[in-house]
Amino acid sequence: MDILYLLIPLSVALVIPVGLAFWWALRGGQFDDLEGPAHRVLMDDDEPAITKRLDLDQMPRRPVS
Amino acid sequence: MELRETYNYTVVRQFALMTVVWGVVGMLVGVLIAAQLIWPELNVTPWLSYGRLRPLHTNAVIFAFGGSALFTTSYYVVQRTCHARLFAPALASFTFWGWQAVIVLAAITLPLGISTAKEYAELEWPIDILITLVWVSYAVVFFGTVAKRKTPHIYVANWFFGAFILTVAVLHLVNSAAVPVTFWKSYSVYAGVQDAMVQWWYGHNAVGFFLTAGFLGMMYYFIPKQAERPIYSYRLSVVHFWALIFTYMWAGPHHLHYTALPDWAQSLGMIFSLILLAPSWGGMINGIMTLSGAWHKLRDDPILKFLVVSLSFYGMSTFEGPMMAIKTVNALSHYTDWTVGHVHSGALGWVGLVSMGSLYYLIPRLYGRATMHSVQLINVHFWVATIGIVLYIAAMWIAGVMQGLMWRAVNDDGTLTYSFAESVKATYPYYVIRLMGGLLYFSGMLIMAWNVWKTVAGQRPFEASIPAVRVAHA
Repeated sequence: MDILYLLIPLSVALVIPVGLAFWWALRGGQFDDLEGPAHRVLMDDDEPAITKRLDLDQMPRRPVS
Repeated sequence: MELRETYNYTVVRQFALMTVVWGVVGMLVGVLIAAQLIWPELNVTPWLSYGRLRPLHTNAVIFAFGGSALFTTSYYVVQRTCHARLFAPALASFTFWGWQAVIVLAAITLPLGISTAKEYAELEWPIDILITLVWVSYAVVFFGTVAKRKTPHIYVANWFFGAFILTVAVLHLVNSAAVPVTFWKSYSVYAGVQDAMVQWWYGHNAVGFFLTAGFLGMMYYFIPKQAERPIYSYRLSVVHFWALIFTYMWAGPHHLHYTALPDWAQSLGMIFSLILLAPSWGGMINGIMTLSGAWHKLRDDPILKFLVVSLSFYGMSTFEGPMMAIKTVNALSHYTDWTVGHVHSGALGWVGLVSMGSLYYLIPRLYGRATMHSVQLINVHFWVATIGIVLYIAAMWIAGVMQGLMWRAVNDDGTLTYSFAESVKATYPYYVIRLMGGLLYFSGMLIMAWNVWKTVAGQRPFEASIPAVRVAHA
């Protein structure tokens, strides 16, 4: 199983950036609000634009779909 | 009103349409090889023989159909959730044309018998280099877009897409390391059991990151959007992500039970496979419970049916997988058609349905339409596909368990009860049922192709404006 000399260092090499990413996300406040992001993704003004090209601000809030 | 910046929908549209095209092609090849198992006479020329078409089928459905679906949705989701136009548009365009070139080269070389013979990594080294270039560009475009985001938070779907892109890069580089002999022939740098271990470290993690993490990214965006409800628990989705990332890597040895691989490595693979049940089911429950309180939407929204049923198949196959990784169960299931059934419950049920549901959501929006040409046809597609999957996997379950039992049956005097050919003969009717299931699933894909054609033909591409920065709302 000489291959482990490759695969185990590789896992370690991978887990360090993953750990750093986790640390960065934690410290950077990515997980401070665990409710808001779920709602914000829904408030994206991307209701299907009906044929007429209205400016986004004038579009009805909820076109019939 | 000043002229506002728009999202880059061009590359999303290109990938979306090619997803449908490659879906039709890949599933057609699947139907053909299923028929060849019933009627061997269909192996008319070496170029169209089972041994060469089977890798063409897997490459076409996984990397051409699934890969294009992942490019489509990741490029769309990263832009919409980061409120930023795609970074490096020229590179994004290169990922499209480069990926299509990889697929076309695969469709030429595999029937010619040019293959590394490494499962799910059959393409020879020049194509592997092109894949690497495309993939690095993909990473630059994706992470560049995340970096220039106008929203402080990175939505969970992007974490899944990002992990998928990075891990697949590492897997591809390590597993495809080879010594070229001629332009179309190379040998793996690993040998014997070392090669087998790397191959299934790659193979299983490709399942985990290409066919799971990427499509979970899809799930975490398109289910809330289509249900018009926030994900059941955003907190759980974050836990789901990190749990999956930290535990996935070591499940590969379960593909090598009872082989030359050391016993402890097999047991390690089995244990990690069992651990995986927890994050997988956490994610599935999170997705399905998003509909809690809005179950009535399932009654008349066929897109939601696609997305939610895909999660049920995800739950089924991520339960079945760890069970099959248990060594005693594997002693029965290994090398039988049960494995084929398991793979297709994940591939047709989870990957296929979630991609189709996402595309039905996406395609009208990319062409400025409210819905697909025919919502009724989406419903027909859903039922045809679901019945197809059920026929397919039920046939393979029965065939697989039967084969396993026949192979291990021993007479009182210690001789084998059945010859191998007898088990092949007994499998025949199940191959016919499997072909019927495959034909149904394929016809569903044809219905989708027609519906997509009617939706986009003659439509002007739609360019959506990027919302103004809304810091005050945060």
